[in-house]
Amino acid sequence: MYVAVKGGERAIDNAHAWLAEERRGDSEVAELSVAQIREQLKLAVNRVMAEGSLFDPDLAALAIKQARGDMIEAIFLIRAYRTTLPRFGASHPIATGAMRCDRRVSATFKDAPGGQLLGPTFDYTHRLLDFKLAAEGDVPAAPEKPADPARTPHIMGFLDRENLIQTEEAGAETPPDLTREPLELPAERPLRLQSLTRGDEGFILGMAYSTQRGYARNHAFVAELRIGTVAVEMDIPELGFAIEIGEIEVTECETVNQFKGSRTEPPQFTRGYGLVFGMSERKAISMALVDRALRWKELGEDNLGAPAQDEEFVLSHADNIQATGFLEHIKLPHYVDFQSELELIRKLRRAVSDTIREAAE
Amino acid sequence: MTVIQDQNAGRKQWMSLLAKCDPAELDGAWSALDLSLDHQVLRAPEVGSVMVRGRAGAVGAAFNLGEITVTRCSVRLSSGQDGHAYVQGRDKTKALRAALLDAGMQTAAATKIREKVLTPLSTAATRRQTTRAAKAAATKVDFFTMARGED
Repeated sequence: MYVAVKGGERAIDNAHAWLAEERRGDSEVAELSVAQIREQLKLAVNRVMAEGSLFDPDLAALAIKQARGDMIEAIFLIRAYRTTLPRFGASHPIATGAMRCDRRVSATFKDAPGGQLLGPTFDYTHRLLDFKLAAEGDVPAAPEKPADPARTPHIMGFLDRENLIQTEEAGAETPPDLTREPLELPAERPLRLQSLTRGDEGFILGMAYSTQRGYARNHAFVAELRIGTVAVEMDIPELGFAIEIGEIEVTECETVNQFKGSRTEPPQFTRGYGLVFGMSERKAISMALVDRALRWKELGEDNLGAPAQDEEFVLSHADNIQATGFLEHIKLPHYVDFQSELELIRKLRRAVSDTIREAAE
Repeated sequence: MTVIQDQNAGRKQWMSLLAKCDPAELDGAWSALDLSLDHQVLRAPEVGSVMVRGRAGAVGAAFNLGEITVTRCSVRLSSGQDGHAYVQGRDKTKALRAALLDAGMQTAAATKIREKVLTPLSTAATRRQTTRAAKAAATKVDFFTMARGED
């Protein structure tokens, strides 16, 4: 019975050769370079970095090319590559307050110090197809204005001064790491945040949307959404002091949520938090909403039985690589499994028809 | 003690600058420097990762955000100085050069390295940052003007 799974080698080789040809497409059309993907499909690159959990734009662009634009396949490639790298250490937590912001908006304070910077946004575009892009052409340089050299403080700090906002608890020096230990429940907030930031954008978006539609509604305002560059600092063991080992683009979303108080907490605003590699604001906002919904227990709220409050459900299904691995394996040969199922059904059929015959006699 | 801290501050600054620089720009500066540093490699360039952390609510408990690629390298000059590099990305040449420059900065070649490599890299980085900040500033919403219907 096992014979059936052998003998596919040539078919597999030929399938992969055809895959390579199809990936290239019509050879009359110029080939796409990795640099072109990195520069011109940047948001796709960002998503692959965020969910692949590895910030390296060139690698993410290569993965997108290899995967023919299949994002989850590209994320899979990055996750697989990541496991081959020795880990040199962990960074200091990034200082998002010192971010060089490309974009920074607040839905709660119009006159936030530092102002509202729209950045290179799709917002306020008309979502009409631009046929000019179908033709090649130079793009005029974007306008510039002298920038305010002062830092852009976090808006949440102003609410904090009035004591109207829940304070964030300090946590362990070394947070739990999903890439080292399997997920254990109940999960602390640091573990949930790691799971959410690398989780599937579509899944996190769906979960967040469910809270807006009334499944554990927590009425979020975007206190601040900022996108920009931060330095990554790490202690260097050979030196005994820290240096900046790189810089990354991240999106950060802080929400304030209406909170009437609970058995343990006074009426105040509570917070949800999203932080994602790259310019990924849909994901960052979604993450903040789901983070807030998952915090019901520590805030002493009621469990309304909503999916977004169920950390076992959310965290176990957020990872698209785990999900697709299990889902897609069912298309691979299960000949032996199925053979036994077939035998079973035939046996049951025989038993039933025997019973019917006996009853008739 | 203060002197040591000052030394560290200087070293921290140039190592950080080299870590974040564009390999192509370092290439150009390296050629312009035209300096040969007799050395042995203590640790050949090695590609790895560093786990980047964030904080819940930007100020609370630390959590693991995801990794970045980093290449490290260590060298020793024949004159005895050790140079180290931890640089962003997977470029081994960049890591080796950064380590050599770190060692070179502890020698009499420091002035030349600063002039030919560090200053140009730092100027280019500042220029890029200023341009980006200026583009962001141009997208700042001026509610006051809008409300009055000026402009």
